[in-house]
Amino acid sequence: MQRHLISAADLTRDDAVQILDTAEEMARVADRPIKKLPTLRGRTIVNLFFEDSTRTRISFEAAEKRLSADVINFTAKGSSVSKGESLKDTAQTLEAMGVDAVVIRHGASGAPYRLANSGWIDAVVINAGDGTHQHPTQSLLDAFTMRRRLVGRDAGIGQDLSGKRITLVGDVLHSRVARSNVDLLHTLGAEVTLVAPPTLLPVGIETWPCEVSYDLDATLPKSDAVMMLRVQRERMNAAFFPTEREYSRRYGLDGDRMAKMPEHAIVMHPGPMVRGMEITAEVADSERCTAIEQVANGVSIRMAVLYLLLGGNQPAVTHTRVEEK
Amino acid sequence: MDTQASDARPVLEGPDIARVLTRIAHEIVERAKGADDVVLLGIPTRGVFLARRLADKLEEITARKIPVGSLDITMYRDDLRMHPPRALARTEIPGDGIDGRLVVLVDDVLFSGRTIRAALDALNDIGRPRAVQLAVLVDRGHRELPIRADYVGKNLPTSLRETVKVHLVEEDGRDTVLLGVKPTQ
Repeated sequence: MQRHLISAADLTRDDAVQILDTAEEMARVADRPIKKLPTLRGRTIVNLFFEDSTRTRISFEAAEKRLSADVINFTAKGSSVSKGESLKDTAQTLEAMGVDAVVIRHGASGAPYRLANSGWIDAVVINAGDGTHQHPTQSLLDAFTMRRRLVGRDAGIGQDLSGKRITLVGDVLHSRVARSNVDLLHTLGAEVTLVAPPTLLPVGIETWPCEVSYDLDATLPKSDAVMMLRVQRERMNAAFFPTEREYSRRYGLDGDRMAKMPEHAIVMHPGPMVRGMEITAEVADSERCTAIEQVANGVSIRMAVLYLLLGGNQPAVTHTRVEEK
Repeated sequence: MDTQASDARPVLEGPDIARVLTRIAHEIVERAKGADDVVLLGIPTRGVFLARRLADKLEEITARKIPVGSLDITMYRDDLRMHPPRALARTEIPGDGIDGRLVVLVDDVLFSGRTIRAALDALNDIGRPRAVQLAVLVDRGHRELPIRADYVGKNLPTSLRETVKVHLVEEDGRDTVLLGVKPTQ
């Protein structure tokens, strides 16, 4: 595996399967009376969140604490960033404190890459979502959920998702989740179809390793998993569709549409859900919707990623400050 | 680590291993006065197979079902930071748990004792057994911690230049314990 986790596209099939297998063992820790492992004792991890987040931040924090790491939480609000401090200065402040890993969420695409490759810090960088670019741990937890549901908990060990038909529906243009998922699912051998109004598909979509459709009803019967994406109004500065009502009638998932899916197929949502927009309450609360399961799986996946990046001597012991002593 | 050097010689063969496990099973029953509350936990990889074989023998002797599971110690190792991260193995605790039971840890080779220390730490996070005992197929000496085995298949005096490799049918296709010499670099 590479030293940092910046993009789902950087993962090979074997890397990804190893992360999923490790997460399967990590998941068992949640069933224990003492949900803690000593593995990352003495490692310091900073959660650097320049953008709002509930699930991802809490999930990373839970994973770090279950592995006994020391956790420092940083949010842009209430920090010197609001006084005008740059990413570089913030990063060097953390470096001076001897941080082993930085989990970063940033509104600008490429911020984690910059942090990892600028030479500002030695720490391992884990991307927790950057702009409209990537959200690799989300795609890993989605793949983990799919493998568990579509292949099986034990049967899935060592397996990828080859031949599984996955449909992603909605605001692909602004979705880092969609980008990461297309990359990772393709690596894992799944067949991915994107369904969205033409205005919500990015330029260059034809180069992505996936199919594109504008017709949700035609795609649903051929899907093993359907992932609904949130319409990201906070990133929209223009009218991408006439009305919300029209959007939800053409691209929203309701009970009637869900009935068209194969019996075994699951409905996924990375959260936060906007009920009544891309998904109806009926679907969101149904047995087939894995949104809550995805959150639980997120902790296991993040434990696996942290263990594989920080658990051994590569890269953490190459930390210059450690070697000086 | 596991050399397949041509001069590796077998010190235990299939029938020896079977006899040794039968003896250990009888010792467990004797010491635990019937093995009523015994839980066997094998340490992956080969300890798990040995634990299952021991459980079968114990069931023959006591005509009772013996709970058997596995205990992965990777996350508790004290040398984690000296190697790249290792793949994790399965931890499977039998349904009734280990609280108040007699846990017998099962491993193939007892060497430095560090694996067992890690196993004791791992057990600590899972429950509180009445007592913990240790059964090993081979004790090769050179302990680095104050740890000893309660049941030993074979005491094998070795030098640090030698290697001990256990092969089991389930994993390696045949039952044998090989004593070899570490290749000099």
